[in-house]
Amino acid sequence: MELASLPRAVELVHAGARNPHWHPGVAPALHSEIFAASSDGGGMGALLALAGAALRQRERGRVEERALLWVQDKAAIRLSGRPYPPGLPQGLRHRVIHVAADSAKDALFALEEGLRCRDLACVIGEIGGNPKEMSFTASRRLTLAAERHDVPLFVLRHDARPDLGSARMRWQVCSAPSVPPLWDRGAPGHPSWHAELFRARGHAPGEWTLRDDGHALGAERIAAPDHGDLVPDAGARSLATG
Amino acid sequence: MAIWCQTLALDRWRQAEGCAPGEGPDAAPLVLTMDTAHGPRIEAANPAALAEGAAPGMMLADARTLCPRLDLRPADPAGDLAFLERFAVWAQRWGPWSALDAPEGVLVDVSAVAHLFGGEARLLADVVACCAGRGLAVRVAIAPTAGAAWALAHHGPERAILAPEDDPLARLADLPVAALRLDPDVLLVLRRLGLKRIGDLVRVESGAGDRASGRDALRRRFRTRHAASANPLIRLDQLIGHVPEPLLPVTMPEVPLVQRRLMEPIRHRDPLDTVMIDLAADMERLLEGRGEGARRLDLAMWRVDGEVLTRRLELAAATREATHICRLFAAKLDDIDAGFGIEMVRLTASWAQPLPLGQADLEAAAEEHGTSLAACIDRLSVRLGAGAVRRPVLHASHIPERSLRWQAPLEPEPLHQEELRFHARPTKLLDKAEAISVLYASPDGYPRRFRWRGEVHEVARVEGPERIAPEWWRERGNARLRDYYRVEDGLGRRYWIYRSGLPDDGRGGMPVWFLQGLCG
Repeated sequence: MELASLPRAVELVHAGARNPHWHPGVAPALHSEIFAASSDGGGMGALLALAGAALRQRERGRVEERALLWVQDKAAIRLSGRPYPPGLPQGLRHRVIHVAADSAKDALFALEEGLRCRDLACVIGEIGGNPKEMSFTASRRLTLAAERHDVPLFVLRHDARPDLGSARMRWQVCSAPSVPPLWDRGAPGHPSWHAELFRARGHAPGEWTLRDDGHALGAERIAAPDHGDLVPDAGARSLATG
Repeated sequence: MAIWCQTLALDRWRQAEGCAPGEGPDAAPLVLTMDTAHGPRIEAANPAALAEGAAPGMMLADARTLCPRLDLRPADPAGDLAFLERFAVWAQRWGPWSALDAPEGVLVDVSAVAHLFGGEARLLADVVACCAGRGLAVRVAIAPTAGAAWALAHHGPERAILAPEDDPLARLADLPVAALRLDPDVLLVLRRLGLKRIGDLVRVESGAGDRASGRDALRRRFRTRHAASANPLIRLDQLIGHVPEPLLPVTMPEVPLVQRRLMEPIRHRDPLDTVMIDLAADMERLLEGRGEGARRLDLAMWRVDGEVLTRRLELAAATREATHICRLFAAKLDDIDAGFGIEMVRLTASWAQPLPLGQADLEAAAEEHGTSLAACIDRLSVRLGAGAVRRPVLHASHIPERSLRWQAPLEPEPLHQEELRFHARPTKLLDKAEAISVLYASPDGYPRRFRWRGEVHEVARVEGPERIAPEWWRERGNARLRDYYRVEDGLGRRYWIYRSGLPDDGRGGMPVWFLQGLCG
C-alpha cells in the first residue's frame, strides 16, 4: 500500500482539505440533478444559471452555436409549461430543440439519445414527480452516457423526493428574495436562488445563494454548522472509466 | 401494325406437345376447354375438330354429341396472356414500342420503320415468316391508325396495307361492323338496325340525302355510351383518326445482370469460386447504384459444349451483400458438372426490391464518436413521433402565446424582429394561462395577493403594467386588452400574471386574472 494514498492527519481533521467546498469556478459536473417545487420557477432559473456557467466554461469565449436539447415529460409540461425563448438567457434562447415526451420512459430515452449526440452542447431534462422508471439504474445510465460522450446533462425534478440517483451533483433549490433593482425598489430584481448541494462527488455539502448576472455565476456561501466529515470521500473518479 | 395470332392457344399447346400442325396428337379432333358454371366450354378447336362440327364457344357436351371421339385438354388463358406479353416484347424487333391487344393480338408502332425492312410488304412478310418459325399462325396488317390496322388484320385481306394517302373509309367499307372492336351487345344492336358493314354505318352517320333523321337517331341511341367499345361512333372516329386512341406500351424491365466471359474454360471448383466472388461483388455494386436488393438470383453457366447450367437462389429479404450471396451459392455449386469447361458465367437478379443504402458501421461509429444531430433527431422522432421534436421560433405577434411557433428542428429559422431588450419575459410559459383569484386595492391597480393551484401568494414586489392590446385585425371586437405584471411573492418566487381587460372597457364584466408564466 502506498503511503501517499492514505489520508493525512490534517485531512482527517479538516473535512475541507480533501472535500473542498463547491464554488462556481470548479469544473462543472457532467450530470447534475436539481430538485425544486413545480410552482417555483426558481428551479429552472438556477438550472439555467448552472448550465450557462458550465457552457461558458466549456466554450471559453468561443461562439458556439451547437443546439441544446430540452426534454420534458408530460407531467413537467403540465406543471410548469414549456420553455419560452424570449425569457431564456441571451446565449441559449435561439439554440433550443424541444422534445415533448409522453412519459418519463420516453423522456429518459430522449435524454440518453441526446447525450450520445456529438452535435449538442448540453442536454436539459425535466421530469415531474418520482416515476418508477426514474430509478437508480436509469440515472446511472445517464451518468455513464454523459461521461462517455462528454455532454453535460442537467435534470430538473419537479416536486420529487430526492430518491436514489447517481447524479454527480444533486441540488435542492428554491427561490430567494431578489436583489432590489437600483431604480425601482418595488419591482422584482435580479433573481437569486437558495441552493443546497446535498450530495456531490468530490465536494462537501453546503448551501449557497446563487445569482446570475448574465456573464458569471455568483455564489454566496451560507455558513452552516460544521458536523465534521460525516460523508467519506468517494473521489472524483469517473464511472465510465471504471 | 397489328399482329393477330389466330390460334394462339392451339399454337401454344402444339409447342408444348412438340408436334407440327395436323400431326401426332393434333391429327385427331381436339378441343381446349375451360370450366364454366354451366360445364366445360370449348375455347379453341383444332382443324380436325372444326371439321367435325365443334366450334369455339360451344359447350363440350354439345360438341361431344356431334363428335363422340373428341379429345380435350384444359385451356390456359393466364399462360396465353403471359406468352402474349413476351411476344409483345419480342415484337419490338419490328418497331420501337408495342402494346398488348388481349387476348390474341399485339399492336406494334412501325411509323418510319418499314424502309429498314425494305418496304411495308416485305416487313409483313418478315413478320409472318418469323412467327411461322415460332409455330404461330398470324394475320398482319399495317394502317395509319391502330383501329384500322386491327380491322384489317382481323377482317381484311391477308397482309393488308393501308397507305396514309388511301381513304380508310373507302378501303374498310366492306368490312363487317365487328371490325370496329365493339362489344357483342352493341354488335347485336347494330345487326338489328340492319347496319352490317362499316360502309352502312358511315352512310347513316354522314347523313347524306334524306338520312339526316337516321343520323340523329343513331347519335341519340349511343349518346350515353362513353366507353369506346360500346359506342360505334367513337370507334369509327378512332378508325379514321379523328379521335386519339391511347395505347399502353409494353416495356421490358431492365434486370440487373453481371457476367464474366472467361478467357480459358474453367473445369475446377476453385476458379469458379473466384469468378463467383467477382460476380457477387459486381452485383453488389450494381444493386447499390440502383438502390435495390436482390430477392432472387439466377446463376447461369455456359459450357463449351453448348449446355447451359442454371442455379437459382431465393432470398428471404432483399440483400446485396456479396459475401452472403457467395456463401449461399457455394452450397449450390457442389454438383456442377463442368464437362469440357465453362466459358461464361452470368448472374442476374431476376427479382429485386428497393433496399435503401445503409451505412454498415453506423452503430459502431455512433458508439465511438457520437451520433450526428440529424441522426439523433431521426431516432427521437421515430420513437416519439415527428411532432414531439420541435424547435421554437419567434413569430411576429405581441401576444405571448402567439409570439412563438414550433417548427421542425432542422428547418431554417424564418426572419423575425428580435424581442425588445427591455421586455422582461418568463422562462417558462404555461400551455394555457390558468385563472387565478386576485385581491387588489383597486380594480385597475396592483395585485396584493393571489391564489394559484390552491396556494396563496402574498405579492411582495410588482412591476407593471405592460399593456398588450388585442390584435384587432385578427380577433373579434370584444377581445380584451391584457395588463401584464411581473410579481414576486414573499418567498422570492416570480410569476408573470395578467389582468384581462379593464373594469370599464365595456367588453364584459369585471376583469379576470390569469397566471401565464413562471420566471426563473
